[in-house]
Formats: sequence, structure tokens, C-alpha cells
Amino acid sequence: MTILLTLTVLALIAIAIWQITKIFQLSQPKKVNTQVADDDDNRWNGQLMFAFLIFIYAITLFSFLKWGDVLLPDASSEHGLEYDNLMWISFAIIFFTQTITQALLHYFAYKYRGEKGKKALFYADNDRLEAIWTIIPVIALAGLILYGLYTWTDIMTVEENDDALVVELYAQQFNWKARYAGEDGVLGDSNVRFLLDFDGKNLVGIDATDPNGFDDVVVQELHLPAGREVIFKMRSQDVLHSAYMPHFKAQMNCVPGMITEFAFVPTVTTEEMRQTEDIKAKVNKINAIRRENSLALVAKGEEPLEPYIFDYLLLCNKICGASHYNMQMKIIVETPEEFEKWITNQQTFAEVIQ
Amino acid sequence: MSTAAAQVHEEEDHGHHHKETFITKYIFSQDHKMISKQYLITGLFMGIIGIAMSLLFRLQLAWPEQPMGIMQVLLGKWAPDGVMDPNVYLALVTIHGTIMVFFVLTAGLSGTFSNLLIPLQIGARDMASGLLNMISYWLFFLSSIIMLASLFVEAGPAAAGWTIYPPLSALPQAQPGSGLGMTLWLVSMAIFIASSLLGSLNYIVTVLNLRTKGMTMSRLPLTIWAFFITAVIGVVSFPVLLSAALLLIMDRSFGTSFFLSDIFIQGEVLHYQGGSPVLYEHLFWFLGHPEVYIVLLPALGITSEIIATNSRKPIFGYRAMVASILAIAFLSTIVWGHHMFISGMNPFLGSVFTFTTLLIAIPSAVKAFNYITTLWKGNLQLNPAMLFSIGLVSTFISGGLTGIILGDSTLDINVHDTYFVVAHFHLVMGISALYGLFAGVYHWFPKMFKRMMNKNLGYVHFWVTAICAYGVFFPMHFIGMAGLPRRYYTNTAFPYFDDLANINVVITVFALIAGAAQLVFLYNFIHSIFYGKPTEQNPWRSNTLEWTAPIEHIHGNWEGKIPEVHRWAYDYSKPGHEEDFVPQHIPLKEGEEELQH
Repeated sequence: MTILLTLTVLALIAIAIWQITKIFQLSQPKKVNTQVADDDDNRWNGQLMFAFLIFIYAITLFSFLKWGDVLLPDASSEHGLEYDNLMWISFAIIFFTQTITQALLHYFAYKYRGEKGKKALFYADNDRLEAIWTIIPVIALAGLILYGLYTWTDIMTVEENDDALVVELYAQQFNWKARYAGEDGVLGDSNVRFLLDFDGKNLVGIDATDPNGFDDVVVQELHLPAGREVIFKMRSQDVLHSAYMPHFKAQMNCVPGMITEFAFVPTVTTEEMRQTEDIKAKVNKINAIRRENSLALVAKGEEPLEPYIFDYLLLCNKICGASHYNMQMKIIVETPEEFEKWITNQQTFAEVIQ
Repeated sequence: MSTAAAQVHEEEDHGHHHKETFITKYIFSQDHKMISKQYLITGLFMGIIGIAMSLLFRLQLAWPEQPMGIMQVLLGKWAPDGVMDPNVYLALVTIHGTIMVFFVLTAGLSGTFSNLLIPLQIGARDMASGLLNMISYWLFFLSSIIMLASLFVEAGPAAAGWTIYPPLSALPQAQPGSGLGMTLWLVSMAIFIASSLLGSLNYIVTVLNLRTKGMTMSRLPLTIWAFFITAVIGVVSFPVLLSAALLLIMDRSFGTSFFLSDIFIQGEVLHYQGGSPVLYEHLFWFLGHPEVYIVLLPALGITSEIIATNSRKPIFGYRAMVASILAIAFLSTIVWGHHMFISGMNPFLGSVFTFTTLLIAIPSAVKAFNYITTLWKGNLQLNPAMLFSIGLVSTFISGGLTGIILGDSTLDINVHDTYFVVAHFHLVMGISALYGLFAGVYHWFPKMFKRMMNKNLGYVHFWVTAICAYGVFFPMHFIGMAGLPRRYYTNTAFPYFDDLANINVVITVFALIAGAAQLVFLYNFIHSIFYGKPTEQNPWRSNTLEWTAPIEHIHGNWEGKIPEVHRWAYDYSKPGHEEDFVPQHIPLKEGEEELQH
């Protein structure tokens, strides 16, 4: 009944609006070809153009004030700080350019709105002006390119060294595994052909004939020692995946049939990260949201949500199928001592297949 | 209707004495004006579907996994209890991208306006080959039908993302969408590419060979330059996508290993050896990136024309505008690798692609500044087409600037494949190209349908769309910078992203309003075809040749001789002339100098 009533009211309102516009249209003096903008249209649309400029600035400011806190905190890796620097420089250039050009565009659209009888300035060319706005971007971009390439080479050059920890990230629909090279620091050979060996206990397909693989350790939770370089070797057994570790500014695709690489030095342990102001504020905010959502769940007779504790994330960032959105692994960054303690408690490949 | 009148003209027309039946006039027409209308209407129809899909998955993102009646109505068994299935989410994202990029913004935009304007603006009686033109449209139609048919496949349509990277797209075991749905996707795209190639070759030949007397290349309107170069990019890059599609079909159906190697799936080791998905990525993006400009350049061409006409001023820096189109076209073919910085390719290649990519910012900046300068001291006629053109420049700048971040291999590491990318390309190519399409429709509607669209509805359409476009995509940058990957069915699997929920609601609300605003356009479009105000011959007082052709469409475009061209297209408000426009076919006055450009 209420639905019927609402629909009737809506229909009546629609008819009323239609009637009013009709009356309004009929009462207008007839003009020739009224579908071309006249001075009135130019005036109010010009004013709206100016208002729109303010809207662009407002939505920018609003978003930063309201949602600035969702952005990623400072990087937790050595190269990540350099990354953050480059990002801020780029953003400064972008905001500067955006503010100026949008202002010119919309202000001109307002200022020079058409009027009958006015004539535009016949102004077709100015080589000097054009040279200026070719050269300025060239200079700005040259700077960005040079800085960017310097950082890129720095990040992507993976040098084998004895101190580094070698970890294989192994992707499959829809979970991650990590393999540590063990005492010898060398990962055993592997291939998907070996996955069915040992009744499926060979989780990442290690070649049992390669002695380097015996001391390898395969786990479902990624532990990293702070302050030591970690060289990741990525593999995938089925489709493309991407190992994305946003807090470390690290990402690399996992490609079936090849091994890809990425290396970084984690600098902040999970414990330290949880104590930073940024993360504390974020966790509080998230828990407030979760408490509110829990109330609704409990009212429906369901389980409330668990409170959230911060952990570093490894996410899949390449579309990989139905559960792509839930392909994750916890990363725990700890002190080297804690790490050593943890790894020695894990089963090696030799122990697993016994 | 005006069939009778058209028939009379038809008879008078030289060389075209065959009698038109309903079928040859409206269905298998070889007349470029009719074909352009066919492209437009098919494109808009596909657009409605593409946009509706985006609203559906936006609903899921804002209110994840909450039962909604609309889902059940539209998706049926794919939304059990009104909750969208994750596979269907991926399918919607995939088909939304495919339809919008190819069927709406390539065929719908380029197909419509290249067809309408190339013969009319260069002074030709029709395309070089009317037959190929007709075949091009009908192949496009066929590919649209096949793409839509894939929506009705039992296991669902293709769902591997619009880039359909193998192995996900190659292995039916990997996801339901990689079965028959993917086969139909590939067949549809192969036909689409054939259609696009036939169209492009026709455009190139027509522009090069059929220009009227006096229409030198340096007097071509910027629309034609844009369509011409777009066609060249299409001919260079679309065949590469075709080869990628064919190789993928081989891998899928005939057991070859072009893109596949060492795969274990569903408890089984597959036989594929030695292929590489990275090879596919190279082939795909060799088209995929130029495709951005195939979509964008026509929109920029349309904008150049509309901004000059409605500013009543010459386009500023005509030569620089042409040069930047050429530069963008050239650079667009050597930057594809910036989609693959973290694909596992050699990092040194990444450096090269960073360099070439950031170079594109230079011609783009020149274009933006030249548009702004064209407005300066103009006498702006703020028609709906003009508003959309100004809107295009605005989104082109906002979206283009974030390209500086994504094109930089270093910065790309952490924003790659996040919502930051989604926000970037929707603004710079999606919204901008859509604005170009709308601007073109409002501007050339009188030419196509002999009637005017309602301007007030046009204003409502623009302002609501403009506000919503920023309302949708500006906040989306933040979600991306927070580290949320794209193509996630929901972010509720990560408590870390719980604080993004309300931003997602804001985005979806803006998207729904924007969707409703398109209904205003649709109503205006359809209503005006039948009941719009009849147009004058040259309603916008424009210089280009299409407005010298009679309002009534005749085969061959002009009665009698084709007008001769004596000047460039941008003599607006030229000193020494009474009117504020001097059409291209008006001879120079005695002592008048043609602008050296």
C-alpha cells in the first residue's frame, strides 16, 4: 500500500514538474532557433564555470582533510624513503600545474563569455609563447626523469651477496607460500612437475635430487629480519599473480615459467610500526568502524567482528580468479634475533619429506 | 518523413541514379552519413550496457555482499540471494572495459565522426570505398552481437580483465569465464579488428586522395588531422592485437605454448613448455597503449574544432597542434612498456620506457596550453558542445598530470594496478573521450538529424556529469594511494582497508547520479531526432565545409559542384570582415592575406 502511495505521489510530482516547465516554455517569447546559446546562457554558464573551478579546489581540499589519513604511512624499507621523496616532488609539481591551469581554463571560460556584438581577438599564433610552454615541461620532466631513473636503477639492481636473505615467494590460486634458502643460502631447483611428489607434501615443487633444496624451509607466513637485505625470487604455478607489499613500496609480478626478482631492506619491525602515531590513529579509526559494524551484526544474531591489529600485508595485485580479492599473506618484520629463533623452529624440506 | 524529398534530390544527383530501397538506404547503406548514424546508435547502445555494468559493480563495492533486489533482477542466478558472485564481478569489470574502450570510444566515437566528417569536411562526395565502409560497419555490428551473446553463456562471459592476460584467459580451469565466454570474446575482437582496419584504411585513403580543390593538408581542419592520424595508428597497431588474439586462440584450442609454460592447475601438470605470458603482454600493449590515443585523439580533434568555433577565434597555434598530434602518434607506439614495469621484464627496458613515456607529456602540455590560449579574449558561445569541450580540457589536465607518476617506473612500483591507475585513466581517456563524444553529438546533431538538440537539457547533462566525474574519480586516487588493488570484489577481506568503506560509498553515489544524468542525454537525443527544432543550415556559424552542404541529406553531399576551398578553417573574427566567421569556401578578398601557418 505504502509503495502504491509513494509511486502515485512521485507520478504526481513528475506531472507537476512537466506542467510547470510546459507553462514556462509557452510563456517565453518566441525566438528564432532558441537552441543556440544566447547571452543569458553564456552568462549563467560562464558563472557556473567559475563556480566549477571553486568546486575543483574544494573537492581537492576536502579529500585531503577528510581522507588524508587513509594514505600509506612512511615507507618501512630503505629504498621506500627515496620513493616517498620522489613521490612528494612529483605531487608538488602536479598540484602546482593543476592549480594554475584549471584556474586559467575556467577563469577564461567565465571572463570571456560571449556577448552579442562583441568581437573576439584574432590571435592565431605566437611562437615565443609556444616555445615557453614547450621548454618549461621539458625542463621539469628532464629533472623528474633523471631523478626517477636514478632511483629505479638503484631499486632494481639486485646484486647477489652473502649477507642477503634469499626468499622465494610462491603464488598459486589463491594463496602465498614462502621458501627460505636455509643454511646454504641457495634455493634448491624447483619445477611444477615435482608438485605431486611425496603425496603432495612438496608444496612448492622442490627437486628432491638437488641437495641444495634439503635445507629449504617452506612456510605460510612471511618473516623478515629488520635491517638485512632480502632478495625475493618470485614464482607462480598457475596464472599471473603480483606480489604487492605496499608498506615497503615493493611489487613484482609472479609469472608461470620464469623467476622474477625484487629486493629491499625492511627497516621497521612490526612491533615498532604498531607504536607509530600514524598506525595507532589508523587502527583506532578502523576499530571504531568495526565496533559499529559489529553492533549491526550482533543485532542480526551474528558473530561480532574481531578487533583489528596492524600487520604488514602481502596482497595479490594481478587479477587471478574468483578469490583474487582474498589472496593474502601476513608479513612479520622482527629483529634478527627473533628471526633466527623463528626460522630454526621450522621444518626443513628434508624433514618434511621423510 | 522526408524520404520523398530525398528521393527527388537523389534523382538529380550526378552519377547516382540507382533507386534507393528501404534496405539500401537504412540498413545496407553505403552512404557515409547513414553509416555514421549507424555507428553512433550502435555505439550509444553499447555505451548504455557498459555504463549500466559499471553501476552494478559500483553497488557491490559500496555495499559489499549486501542483498540487493536489483542484482537478482538483472543477474538472476549469478546473484544468488541478491549478492553478486565474485566471478560475475570480474566478468562485469572485464566486459565494461572491453565495451567502453573498443565498442563505445573506438567504434562509437571514431566510427561516427570519422565517417560523418571526413567526406563532408574535406569536400568529398563519399568515402573512397562505400562498400568497404558498409562492410566495416556490419563487421562492427556482428562483433557487438557476439560480445553481447557472450553475456548469455552458461558459465558467464570473459572475466580475465579487459587485457585478458594468459594463463588466466587461456585455461578454462582457471576461472569459469575462460571457457566459451572467452572464446566468444576473442572471436568478437578479431572481427572488431577487421572492422576497424577496413574503416581506418578507408579514412586514410579518403583524406589523402579525395580532398576538394584548394584543400591542402595545411588547410585541413584539426578534426580531420586527428581522425587521419588516428586511422594511421590503428592500422599500425591493431594487427598486432589480432596476432596476439590468434596466438591465444591457438594456445587455448590447439595446444600450442606461445604464452604458457610450467603450469600446475587443479591437481594436474599441464603439457605447456617454453611460452611466456610476458610475450603476450608486449603484444597486447603494443596495441593497448596506442589504443589510448585512438580513443583520445578524435576527441581532441573534435574539441579543437568546437573550441575554435565557439570561441569565435582561430585555434591557437594550428601548426603546433598538428605537430603535437604527430608527436603523440609517434611516441604512442614506443611507450607500451610502461604498462609492464613490474611484469618481470628487464629493468633497463623499464628505464627506456620511462623516458619515452614522460616525453609524451610535452606535446600534451602544448595542446592543453593552446586550448587555454584559444579561450583567451574570445567571445565564448557556451553551447552544450562547448561546455563538454572545456570539460574535456579540464579532465585531460587532471587525469594527464597523474600520468607523470604512473609513467615513472619507480613510482609505478607501488601504485601499479591500484585504484590510482583506475582514477588516472578514467579521467584522462575515459571521461575525456566521452566528453569528446558528447561534444561531437551536440555539435553535429543538426548535421546528422536535421534538428537541434534541446540546449537546456544539454546544460543539465553537462553540469551534473561534470560534478559527478570529479566526485567519482578524485576520491578514487586516495583509495589507490592507500594501497588498494583494482579488480577486488570487495576490500572486506582486509581489515586494514576498512576505513575506505565510506569513500567507496561516496564514489558510488556520485556514479549513480552520473548514470541518471545520462538518461537526460538519452531522452534529449531520441526526442530531438523526432521532435527537435528544425535546424538552420549553419547553426553554429562555423567555417568548415560540412555546413555548406544542404540540410537535407543527399547522396554525394552537394548538389552541383563541390565547393572549392580558399582558406584555412579558422578565420574567426578576422579583421576586415563584417561577420565573425569566414567559411573556407569564401575566396580571399582583394588584398587579403592568408594567414601563414
